[in-house]
Amino acid sequence: MSLGTIEVPDLSPQTMRFGVVVFPGSNCDHDAWYAASANLGQQAEFLWHDERSLRQVDAVILPGGFSYGDYLRCGAIAKFSPVMQSVKDFAQSGGLVAGFCNGFQILVESGLLPGALLRNASMKFVCGQPMVSVETVNSPFTCAAKIGQRLQLPVAHGEGNYTADERTLDRLEAEDRIVVRYTAGVNGSARNIAGILSAERNVMGMMPHPERACDPLMGSVDGRVIFESILTTLATPARSAA
Amino acid sequence: MNFTGEVLATHRINLDEYAKITEILGREPNFTELGIFSVMWSEHCSYKSSKIHLKKLPTESARVLQGPGENAGVIDIGQGWAIAFKIESHNHPSFIEPFQGAATGVGGILRDIFTMGARPIAVMDAIRFGRLDDPKTGARNRRIVEGVVSGISHYGNCFGVPTVGGETAFESCYDGNPLVNVFALGVFRHDEVFYGRATGVGNPVIYVGAKTGRDGVHGATMASGEFTEESKHKRPNVQVGDPFTEKLLLEACLEAMKTGAIVGIQDMGAAGLTSSSCEMGSRAGTGVEIDLDLVPQRETGLTAYEMMLSESQERMLLVAERGREEEIFAVFRKWGLDAVRIGTVTADGLLRVSHLGQVVAEIPNGPLADDAPLYDRPHAVPAYRTAPMQGPVFSSTDLLGDLKKLLASSDLCSKHWIWDQYDYQVRTNTLTIPERAEAAVVRIKETGTSVAMSLDGNGRYCYLDPYEGTMLIIAECCRNLSTVGALPVAATNNLNFGNPERPEIMRQLVDSLRGMGDGCRAFETPITGGNASLYNETLGEGIFPTPVMGIVGLLPTEKPVGIQFPRAGLEVILLGGLGSSDHQRFGGTQYAKVVLDTLWGLPPALDVEYEKRVQAAIREVVRAGLAESAHDLSDGGLGVALAESSFGGVGASVKLETPLVPEFALFHEGPSRILLSTARLPEIAAIAAKHDVPATRLGETIDGRLKIDGLFDCEIEELNRTWRNAFEEMLHAG
Repeated sequence: MSLGTIEVPDLSPQTMRFGVVVFPGSNCDHDAWYAASANLGQQAEFLWHDERSLRQVDAVILPGGFSYGDYLRCGAIAKFSPVMQSVKDFAQSGGLVAGFCNGFQILVESGLLPGALLRNASMKFVCGQPMVSVETVNSPFTCAAKIGQRLQLPVAHGEGNYTADERTLDRLEAEDRIVVRYTAGVNGSARNIAGILSAERNVMGMMPHPERACDPLMGSVDGRVIFESILTTLATPARSAA
Repeated sequence: MNFTGEVLATHRINLDEYAKITEILGREPNFTELGIFSVMWSEHCSYKSSKIHLKKLPTESARVLQGPGENAGVIDIGQGWAIAFKIESHNHPSFIEPFQGAATGVGGILRDIFTMGARPIAVMDAIRFGRLDDPKTGARNRRIVEGVVSGISHYGNCFGVPTVGGETAFESCYDGNPLVNVFALGVFRHDEVFYGRATGVGNPVIYVGAKTGRDGVHGATMASGEFTEESKHKRPNVQVGDPFTEKLLLEACLEAMKTGAIVGIQDMGAAGLTSSSCEMGSRAGTGVEIDLDLVPQRETGLTAYEMMLSESQERMLLVAERGREEEIFAVFRKWGLDAVRIGTVTADGLLRVSHLGQVVAEIPNGPLADDAPLYDRPHAVPAYRTAPMQGPVFSSTDLLGDLKKLLASSDLCSKHWIWDQYDYQVRTNTLTIPERAEAAVVRIKETGTSVAMSLDGNGRYCYLDPYEGTMLIIAECCRNLSTVGALPVAATNNLNFGNPERPEIMRQLVDSLRGMGDGCRAFETPITGGNASLYNETLGEGIFPTPVMGIVGLLPTEKPVGIQFPRAGLEVILLGGLGSSDHQRFGGTQYAKVVLDTLWGLPPALDVEYEKRVQAAIREVVRAGLAESAHDLSDGGLGVALAESSFGGVGASVKLETPLVPEFALFHEGPSRILLSTARLPEIAAIAAKHDVPATRLGETIDGRLKIDGLFDCEIEELNRTWRNAFEEMLHAG
C-alpha cells in the first residue's frame, strides 16, 4: 500500500499512531490513512485482517467499504477475522476504536455496539453531504466539538438505517451515547441516529465519513474535529492511567 | 465442409470468411476452432466494418504514451505520472439484463484500466434509454433505467471507484436498444505501465481471478448482430459480475506487478480466454500453449468450446518470468484468489489448446488476432434522414411555461435520483459534485495536477448531420473542460451505430468519423482508444447515430469553479455573446424536442476557430480566478443555463439585447458561449478582447428570482422544485 510521492507533513515526536484495518473489500482504508497522515499530520499504518497484531497503535479505525463483499450481512463476516479478536481485546482494555460506515456495521455485528444497520428506508444506496449535529461532547471522539455543533459530513451507504428496540434506544439517549444525529432524514434511522458510543464510551461507530471531510479541497473540513478529539484524548495524561 | 450453413450462420461466419479460415489453418477448422474464430472475428472484437475508417483518426501527440491497440490509452500528465483511460459499451447485455449488463460493463472497463497497471480513480457513464412516458414501452424503459443505475451503483460503489459524472438522454430510438457506455480512468507512474504481451519463450502462462463458468458464452457475437425477438432468450449470454472479487483482483494485480515478476498481463474480457491468449501472443510474436484441464472451473462438464468462449468476469491472464511464479502465487494467495499456471509461451506462434489430453485447437495467433477480414462496406448513398429540413412556424405565448417544460423534461431535469446512488467521493479525490460543475474534476494526490473529464453525445444532432453533430460533441466536451479551467489533451470514443451492412448506416458512421477526425485535430485531442458498438438495431429499427466522446483535460489542483451564482451583486456575463440561430439550425434543439415535439433541419452551426478562441479565453479567466461561477451553454440554451446557475438560490436580473426572437434568444443551442458571474468585469473584458471574442454583460445576480427583462420574472424555488423532482415523478408514473 505504498503511496508513491504523497507529501506527509513533518512528524513531531508527539504524533499519535492510527491503525487502519484493511479487510478484503475495504475501500475507504486509504482515505482514512490519508486523512490521519496527510491532513492531520499523524502517523497512520494499515493493519491486515489476517494478522493478530495491532502493532501498538494508539487508536484503531475500522474504515468503510464492503468487507468480505458484505455477503450475508454487512460486517457479518468481518467479525470473525483474526484482527477483530485483537480489536475487541484492545477495546476491552480501553483503547479507542472508531468505525466509519462499514466500520460501524462491523462494530455492531461484533457486539461492540448495540443495534443493527438495516437497508436504507429508500431501498437505495445514498451518497450525499448531509448535516449532522453533535449530540454529546462527553466522548473521546467529540470532546473538541461543541454541543449542538453542525457538521457537514459525507455519507455513502446502502445499509445505514440504524435500528434497535425502544429500550435500547431510550438507554442510548439516557446514557448520552448518541454521538451525532442527522438534522434531516437520510436513511430512515431510528431517531435520526448517525453514530453511537459503547457503554464505556471508547468505541464509536458512525455512518458518515469524517475522513472525507478533512481536506478543504473536498468541500468540508468538518470531519477534522473527530480526529482532533481523538488526538486531544490521547494527549491527555489522565488517559494513560485509565 | 465440416459445418452446415446454419452452424456458420449462428457463428456469424460467412462463406468467404470460412474460406479464409481454412486457408490460414491449411485445413478446415473443428467446432472449437470455429467458435474461437467467430468471437475473434466478430464485429465487437475485430472492428472489421469500422477499422479502415478508424485508422484516419488522429492518435498522436507529445502527451500520448500509448494510443489505440492496447487495453487503454495512456497520457503523460507530468512529473513522471500518467493516466490510462477508455470508454466501452455494454449496450446489448444491458437490454437483456439491465442490472448485470450495466454492472459487468463497469467491471470490464475497470479491468482494462488496471490490467495496464493503473489504479482506477474515476468512472463516468453515458446512458441512453427509450422514452419514460411512452404508452407502449414506458414501463419497460423505466425498469431498464432502474436496473442499469443500480447495476452501475452496485459495482462501482463496492469496487471503491467514484462514479463522478456522466450524461443521460432519452429518445424513442433507444426503446429496444438502450446505450450503456462506461468510461474509466486510472493513474500510475510511467515506469508502472504493463502491456498485454506474451514475451519470453518458456515463460509460464498464469490464470488468475474468478473461476470459469458457462456465462457469457458468445457475448461478443451477440453484440455483433441485430436484435430480434429471439435475442430476449439470450439471457444466459449475459455475464454476472462480482465487484468484491474484482476489488481483490485489483489489489492483487497491482501488488503482483510490484514484484517485477510479471512480463505481460491482459484481462479476459470479450471472448475471455481466447482473446487474452491469442492477442498477447500476437503482440509478442509468440505462441501460447494452454491446458484447459488446469483452468479453475465453477461447474463440471465444461467443454473446450465453452471454456474458450466463456466471458465469466473478474479473470486475468498473465505471463510471468520463468522461475518466479511463486512470487505471484503468494500475492494471489494473500488476497484469496486462484492463481494457476495453465500454459507456456512457445516459439511457434500458435495458440495451442489442449483438453482431456487432446489438442483441441491449433491456430496461428497473428492471423487469428489481427487478420480478421476488413470490410469497406458500401456507403455511397444519400444521407439518410426522414426529418424535414424545415419545421413548423411557431411562436410562444408563455416563455416561462416553456422554460418549465424544458426543466422538467427527461433530458434536462436533475438526475440526482441517479447520482445520489453513486459513491462519487470514495478515495477523496473528487473535487466536484455532479451537476454543480461543468466537468468532473479528480485530483491526483501524488502531483499538483487534477484531471477534468467530460462525456458527451447527442443523437439528435448526429442524426441531422453526423459530421457536424460529431464536431459539436467534441467542441462541447472541450468547452466543458475549458470552463473548469482545464486544457483538453486527449479523447476516447464510443461509436454507437446501427447495422453497418446497410449503406445508409455505414454512411452515418463514415461521416461521423470524418467529423471526429477533424474535430479531434482541431482541438488537439487525439483518440487514444475506444470502442465500436454496431448493430444497435431492434427488429430493423436503428438508433440515431450516437457517437459518445470522453475527453480529458488537465489543470492545477485547486477548488474548481462551479456553475451556480454564489451571491447577489455580481455581474452576469455571456462570454462568446448571445450568438445566432436561424429556423433551420433550431430544429435539433431541446426546445424543438420538448415544446414542439419535432425534429428538423440541421444542428447548430459551429465555427471551430471561434470556439477555440472562446475556450482559450474562458480557461484564462478561470485560471486567473476571475469567475465566481461558469456554466457553458448547451442543451436548452441560455434560458436553461440561467436557471441552472440559479439553483443555489441566487438568481439573476438580465436583459437580452439581440435581434433574435425571444424563443431563439432564450433557447437556441449555438455553441461557443459561457455564462459567468464575476466581480471583475474589466479584467474579463480585457482577456475577451485579447482573444477577440465578446464578453456581453447581461445583468447582475440577485437573491431568489430570475428576471428576464420584458419576458418573465419568477421565483427560483419554483423552477428548482420542477427541475429537482421531475425525474423521480417520471420514473414512478404509471
